[in-house]
Amino acid sequence: MTDATATIEKPSSLWRDVWLQFRMHKGANLALWVLGALILFAVIGPWLWQVDPNAIPEKAIDVIRGKNQGPSWAHPMGTDQLARDQMARMMAGGRVSLSVGLVAMLVAIAFGGTIGVLAGYFRRVDGLLMRFTDMFLALPLLPLLLLMMFLFGDAARAAIGPRLGIFLLIVLAIGLTSWMQAARIVRGEVLALKEREFILAARSIGTPNRRIITRHILPNVLGPVMVSATLGVAAAIITESVLSFLGVGFPSDFPTWGRLLNDAYGEMQIYPLRVFWPGLAISLTVLAVNYIGDGLRDALDPRIRGR
Amino acid sequence: MLTFVIRRILFAIPTLLLISLVIFLIVDLAPGGPGANIPLTIPPDVRKRILDAMGANDPLMVRYVLWLKQFFYIEPAFIINGWFGTTFAEGAPRILSWESRQPVIDVIAQRIPQTLTVIGTAYIAAILIAVPIGVYSAYRQYSWFDQLGTFIALVGYSVPTFFTGFLVIVIFAINLQWFPTIYDTTLTVTDWDSFVRQLRQMAMPVAVLALFNAAEISRFTRAAMLENLSQDYVRTARAKGMSERTVVLKHVLRNSMIPVVTVIALGIPNIFGGAIITETLFAINGIGGAVIGAIKANDLPMLQTLTFIFAVLIVMFNLIADILYGILDPRIRYD
Repeated sequence: MTDATATIEKPSSLWRDVWLQFRMHKGANLALWVLGALILFAVIGPWLWQVDPNAIPEKAIDVIRGKNQGPSWAHPMGTDQLARDQMARMMAGGRVSLSVGLVAMLVAIAFGGTIGVLAGYFRRVDGLLMRFTDMFLALPLLPLLLLMMFLFGDAARAAIGPRLGIFLLIVLAIGLTSWMQAARIVRGEVLALKEREFILAARSIGTPNRRIITRHILPNVLGPVMVSATLGVAAAIITESVLSFLGVGFPSDFPTWGRLLNDAYGEMQIYPLRVFWPGLAISLTVLAVNYIGDGLRDALDPRIRGR
Repeated sequence: MLTFVIRRILFAIPTLLLISLVIFLIVDLAPGGPGANIPLTIPPDVRKRILDAMGANDPLMVRYVLWLKQFFYIEPAFIINGWFGTTFAEGAPRILSWESRQPVIDVIAQRIPQTLTVIGTAYIAAILIAVPIGVYSAYRQYSWFDQLGTFIALVGYSVPTFFTGFLVIVIFAINLQWFPTIYDTTLTVTDWDSFVRQLRQMAMPVAVLALFNAAEISRFTRAAMLENLSQDYVRTARAKGMSERTVVLKHVLRNSMIPVVTVIALGIPNIFGGAIITETLFAINGIGGAVIGAIKANDLPMLQTLTFIFAVLIVMFNLIADILYGILDPRIRYD
């Protein structure tokens, strides 16, 4: 008996199939490596390159001599306008930019997912919640984000501290202005799932609504939500860098990739490399995340998978 | 058709009111209320008058209605006065910029033409580039042209405009010195020379905005074409012996344009938002530049009005997209 079971091929799970299909997408695979390298650079980098990103030389003359340098062995990416090491700042900035992207996406998915499940599952609130979503889709998001940062920035800084305050404000502002797509996708999925037999079976043995949603509906909407979440990270990173680039995001001693761009822009014509590094990092991250989202969408599509 | 249009317009009004409520509440709920952001350079008596005009001590609903009256009655009345010399709403308090003490609407009216020239050209260029590329990529699906198009579209869509703008400035303005880096808003086109100068200063911002928008439009065109190319009517047309040219460009393209036209109309408000970045980059003195100027100068009335104008633009183009869809696709009208 044991011999017989050993020869049977290991049953393939859904996620294993998805992973195998994902491996077929060349662009997405390359993107996974690029994104991995960028994350390593930001997360592991500061341990290997132990330079304080905010260290300004003590003597004024050293600041003047050491500022805006090109790449050298002491400063592989050069220095900024206050002679701070650009590579250390890029690593610190990457940590903030990537975590803003992740957390803002989680806020958006949590909010959009809740609205989507409620609208799809309970017919009574469907119309109201979808009108609410439509209204958010008609908001001028970038001007509104600028208005929010302008009005609440100082208060958040005063209340929770300059770093955490701005971080929370940006994450909440981005999350609360980008949940609409997730809500629509989840609602559509829930509407279709609700009519399936296994939900009917669950209901007929008396499962309460709360349990049906958490045990049967949520695991089944995970796929489409993952695609939307991946693309959401890219969008959030871009939005954060736009806000910082326009000068309403993070303060200068709290570097993010967008903030580094903002610092460097005035002297772009003389020191183009200082704009190049953060711009390249943002572009590569967003491109990689978008490619991964593309591959994930193909891998999760049952019409394409297995061909 | 008329009832369809009227119904859509009636739907747009509550949306606009809700958006105005959101903008009003954000400003009103800001720490310290709307008065907290009045700069200290404003004398106390003027400050008191501003607060009185806003009705800072009235209940929330009254303030909201007063605020609405300014946007929907007083300011439009002054615009109409400017056009026809009438005297509507004479002496009513206007929305004044805290920076220049000019009516906000006047400042915006001066700046809109700059934005429209650059953005309009960029969007038309984007459509002209994107639609043929999308059509050909779909017709030759998975060819090298299609693969390259997909890659360029994904790059164009992912790389933020502030980075493409930077690359374009460094390469074409600084190294090659083909184009000026600063946009001269005072330049008026009178003869051939000034026309060439205008073209040269518009080239870079238009190219950056066009690349970004062309990426999205070409993807949509490709998807729509692919969907139609496999339809039965295409096989029928081919079976009747029509030339490939007629089949693709007449039958398939026309049917594919229905969703594409909607996407083009819906993309217009986004391009105005994108103008905030492009105008900062290339120092164009348009409404996007005005948003950043207002933030730097702590000019709340200006910022609030501009946000509201962006909202009106979005609702307007959503409406246009809806109506266009109804005109192009008769099935939509009878829902």
